[in-house]
Amino acid sequence: MTMAIEVKGLTKTFGTFTAVNQVDMRIPENMVYGFLGPNGSGKTTAIRMMCGLLEPTAGEIEVLGMQIPAQTEAIRQQVGYMTQRFSMYGDLTVKQNLDFIGKIMGVTGKRLKIRKEEVIEQFNLRPFTSSLAGELSGGQKRRLALAAATIHKPRLLLLDEPTSEVDPNTRRDFWDQLFTMCEQGATILVTTHLMDEAERCHHLAIINDGIKVADGSPAALKSALAAAILEVKSPRPAQVKSHLHSLTPVISTTQVGILLRVMVDPKLASPLQWLSRELASFVDTEIRMSNPSIEDVFVMATTEMHQNPGHGNQ
Amino acid sequence: MATNSLQASATRTLAVCKKEILHLIRDRLTFGMVVMIPLIQLVLFGYTINTDVRDVPAAVADSLENSFSRQLVQDLQASQVLDFRSIVHSPQELEQLIASGAVSAGLYIPPDAENRYYLGDRPYAQILIDGSDTVLAAAVTSLARFPFLPGGVIANKSQGLGLSTRLLYNPEKRAALFTVPGLLGVILTMTMIMFTSIAIVRERERGNMELLIATPIKNIELMVGKISPYIAIGMVQVSIILFLGVLLFQIPVAGKLVPIFIACLIFILANLTLGLIISTLARNQLAAMQMFIFVFLPSMLLSGFMFPFVAMPKIAQQLAEVLPLTHFLRVIRGIILRNQPLSVVWEDLAFLLLFALFFLIIATFRFRKRLE
Repeated sequence: MTMAIEVKGLTKTFGTFTAVNQVDMRIPENMVYGFLGPNGSGKTTAIRMMCGLLEPTAGEIEVLGMQIPAQTEAIRQQVGYMTQRFSMYGDLTVKQNLDFIGKIMGVTGKRLKIRKEEVIEQFNLRPFTSSLAGELSGGQKRRLALAAATIHKPRLLLLDEPTSEVDPNTRRDFWDQLFTMCEQGATILVTTHLMDEAERCHHLAIINDGIKVADGSPAALKSALAAAILEVKSPRPAQVKSHLHSLTPVISTTQVGILLRVMVDPKLASPLQWLSRELASFVDTEIRMSNPSIEDVFVMATTEMHQNPGHGNQ
Repeated sequence: MATNSLQASATRTLAVCKKEILHLIRDRLTFGMVVMIPLIQLVLFGYTINTDVRDVPAAVADSLENSFSRQLVQDLQASQVLDFRSIVHSPQELEQLIASGAVSAGLYIPPDAENRYYLGDRPYAQILIDGSDTVLAAAVTSLARFPFLPGGVIANKSQGLGLSTRLLYNPEKRAALFTVPGLLGVILTMTMIMFTSIAIVRERERGNMELLIATPIKNIELMVGKISPYIAIGMVQVSIILFLGVLLFQIPVAGKLVPIFIACLIFILANLTLGLIISTLARNQLAAMQMFIFVFLPSMLLSGFMFPFVAMPKIAQQLAEVLPLTHFLRVIRGIILRNQPLSVVWEDLAFLLLFALFFLIIATFRFRKRLE
């Protein structure tokens, strides 16, 4: 399988702070690759190094078979980058922005005209073509940014939190569009901190404090989760929670509505019976086994990263 | 391939250029400044920077009180330098009036003034001057050579040759004639550096830079694309200033328009690239403005616009030689006031051209397509 991005030992330090620490990544062509991590975990720094905006302190980056920084300019012709902060020109109209980026990316003449129409159609920008970019809503701005990032039909799209400030419906449309582009042959690297988005990716890398802590397809990550998941339904969830907290085999407890989602040590022979025994004193309490979610994977990876750096199968 | 990449390069440069024009059209304030700065400055400076001293308020103490003394007062009044507003009786009162600021000069005519005049051994009258304003004092002091002929053209006094002064180039001694070409330089320095000094910083501040530098655009394309619209704007300003200069102050430009515009074009380029350097150095628009002031103030003070260049200390002169405005003032005054052809002022023009080229290269190399 050819790789769209191959990164080895990628490290970036700012003074004494290490933003990205020894990250290895292999992103095969033609897939939607998710980059999941909490805010400030180093996602943006990593993605900026991949498009040559920041110089790595150490490590190697190969994008579309070319080296960074030596071949950065050639790479830029084939990469579309969407920044986390809105970076279109607010005092230019939607059409003027597309026109400018198109020309800068080397799309000219008749082809530019056609591509502009195509992306306007594709990203539902038709009613806003003459509106100033600065006056668009959050979702419209994101669509414009994605339209601009794809105007030259890049082979690789780097999207840095493309759906922040976007309502759920727009987000769903947005992701449908990502998959359409992927089917047409593009590779997409997308950073997110939203679990439902992470779940939709073909492949996922989880980063925390600059370190890659997990890597694999969502299904593989979930099945490889080193924990058993139980759901506890109780009329007094707060008391149950504080009791659970004192038990050693309990890795974490999260409240979801009236349910408590409890992650316990997988080495327990029978987690269900063990927990029932422990919570026997709480009346009206129901306990059942559950399937791991990506959120469980994420919580596990980001709380126990020092024990478990990277699992799953590639 | 070479033509292809050249064509792509031209496309990108033009795209940046077009974008800058769109920014300008959208930004009413800046667009207004393009027209209003030359207009306001020209009118204000043209009318206020006026070294012709006229109508200095004065008083007279006439102890002679005959036709001789009355004619002296009238002739001095007719010179328009002094404007006699009050009559007093003693030189002491004159001094008091000057000290109080009521008048700036006083004429004392002693009782034996007529005798003194014909004997010619002593000054026949004295003008007291408030020396606190040097320009004003210099003008009044020059009255010492005032050619006074009592009783008309016939006089028994033998006239010495005296000091003959004849003013070249600005025979009417009109300050506007001297100020307006200088203003051309000051206004261009002000607007051109100011516009480009924020050009790149602004993209950084508004977050556009991250996108822009992730594209294949080359430094030189970005720089040239950014400054080209301002060349046209500079030329528009030059036209406004010249038009008003002719209309309001009768600046002689006929037959010299081609060399004037060539000189202005080169000067505009020098200022734009200087602005670009500031833009690559400054971290935000405020810092860019501060750096602009840092360049603009010495330009105003040292270039010879405000004070005579030759009268400045050597060190100030040497410092001034680095400023584009110093060279431009020599060129433009040469062309407009002394009718010099470009071939005479080529050294200063060459400096400006090299200055522009040098800073364009520096700005291009200084600009990093990186976020750090």
